[in-house]
Amino acid sequence: MDYFMEQVINGLQLGLVYALIALGYTMVYGIVKLINFAHGDVFMVGAFIGYFGFSSWGLPWPLAILVSALCCACLGMLIERIAYRPLRYATRIVALISAIGVSFFLEYFCSLKFMFGPNYRVVQRPFDEVYWSIGGVTISNIQVLIFCTAVCMLVGLQYLVMRTKMGAAMRTVSFDHDTARLMGVNVDRTISFTFGIGAALAAVGGVLYAIAYPQIWTFMGIMPGLKAFTAAVLGGIGLIPGAMLGALIMGQAEVMTAAFISSQLRDAIAFSILILVLLVRPCGILGKTQPEKV
Amino acid sequence: MGVKDGKRILIYIVGVILVYAVIKMLAVTGVFNPYWQRILDQAMIMTIGALGLSIIFGISGQFSIGHAAFFGIGAYSAGLVTKSLGGDIFTFLLALAVGTFMAGLVAFLIGLPVLRLTSDYLGIATLGFGIIMKVGFDNANKVIPEMGGATGMTGIPQVANFEWIFLFCIISIILARNFVQSGHGRACMALREDEVAANVVGINIFRYKVLAFVFGCSLAGLAGALYAHRYPFLHPTNFDFLPSIDFLIIVVLGGMGSLTGTIVTAIAWVFLLEGLRAILGTTFLEWRGVIYALILISVILIRRQGLFGNKEYGFLAPVVRRKEARNVTTES
Repeated sequence: MDYFMEQVINGLQLGLVYALIALGYTMVYGIVKLINFAHGDVFMVGAFIGYFGFSSWGLPWPLAILVSALCCACLGMLIERIAYRPLRYATRIVALISAIGVSFFLEYFCSLKFMFGPNYRVVQRPFDEVYWSIGGVTISNIQVLIFCTAVCMLVGLQYLVMRTKMGAAMRTVSFDHDTARLMGVNVDRTISFTFGIGAALAAVGGVLYAIAYPQIWTFMGIMPGLKAFTAAVLGGIGLIPGAMLGALIMGQAEVMTAAFISSQLRDAIAFSILILVLLVRPCGILGKTQPEKV
Repeated sequence: MGVKDGKRILIYIVGVILVYAVIKMLAVTGVFNPYWQRILDQAMIMTIGALGLSIIFGISGQFSIGHAAFFGIGAYSAGLVTKSLGGDIFTFLLALAVGTFMAGLVAFLIGLPVLRLTSDYLGIATLGFGIIMKVGFDNANKVIPEMGGATGMTGIPQVANFEWIFLFCIISIILARNFVQSGHGRACMALREDEVAANVVGINIFRYKVLAFVFGCSLAGLAGALYAHRYPFLHPTNFDFLPSIDFLIIVVLGGMGSLTGTIVTAIAWVFLLEGLRAILGTTFLEWRGVIYALILISVILIRRQGLFGNKEYGFLAPVVRRKEARNVTTES
């Protein structure tokens, strides 16, 4: 039973990291209907900047997270400006190919020797791992850190989207670009802001991931990115609570499969759940099916 | 029109023979060394697979990011046949048939439930299927030891030479072209443009989705079966998520709905990647991915409709439309 509870907490840890990435996916999708494939690589860049922050540049780790988030927010906005904005009114598949191109670019460019290099790096944690035993269940300070950060981010994001002027602009743009423009919303700036926020969240997720699973390399973003996107789809893409729910399910599915069935099958089980859920609810768990219009 | 049709077919046959003769001459005179010959074979195999995705996505509009999984099913099942039965011509042809059939069968079974989804949800479901298949290939040696699992499969007789691949490439092009020009192909295009409208005019949209999906995936299976007999090492990463993305890139860059575009882009894409390797040399080899990514982004930014838009040329161009156009010009 204790073993089971520990796995639940491990699953929660993984799920919350996925949630931080999935939020960026879901926000961008909600507003421009684009699968931002480069998002997983922004996550990778975030992990590297955070790692350099607290290991090479000697920053305290909270500051390293902040620096990483800021750099990645700029990177996210830059990507949007160069690769997606010119294609905003093209078909969606074209923007998707552009996103794949950006993803390849980030991966290969960062693998160059004067950037991050092509090899795995082992992350020296900025603080020692401490274990606490609460009612027979062991929890590490890293898990507490991830839990607190992720929950704060989520609450903050929900507040931003639902309660602020920028959030209202984002919701308007996600309904209809032209109408939003008529209402006086600066569409370009709102979309740019959304990409920035999404990238910053991915960067935070990246640094936490690097601390929790201390090995990073330039292609590390592909699988977490895919799974986070899958999580967003599972929960109902475009919805912030949906991304959260989907990410938690993906995290649990993976960890539980690895713990109780076979670690080799973890991806297969996670994606089988996705397909089964989509067959029952074609727009995700929380998503609403649009009525067919003629 | 009968005479003109015959004349046109004759021109195409002569054209194909000419292309074959030129390549063969280049190979014999040594301009085309065995290395580039291999690249050319790979380009033709990619063409067959990409034609499959072109029919699923470009013609019928069904978003699939799991195409390489069907390529892999074809490769592994065909490889199993010749590995266990030996590599003479009849087993080789049997293996190709088995590979094609298995890919089509799996596509049918997975397509029945999954094709009820639409747009991005379908894409993610096929992506998920691709990753499940990758895990399957990784662990296949636990059920069938010959498949090698994560260490890769070896020992498949390498009997697919240039002639076979060229022959099947031409056959695939003809099949794909005839499918698109047929009533079935037209129905698939109709459902790509507007599912509701297609349904209203009496097209059984689900049936055509499954038809296009099975046909496209069978082509991927054929390509995989040829691949297994040309390259001696099958590894699950060859049939992963990234190769699926490669097929997708080829179809979109070529121009959605253009078979001509798919064929030209598939060949150009393979030669671009290998050409970059040759041009950059070993010192700058690490820049290959960067340059490839930049080319990809620039091409899509400059020509968002794809290299060929949705136009078809030569043999692949719709015949009926051209006849009508000719009639109009003579009448006016």
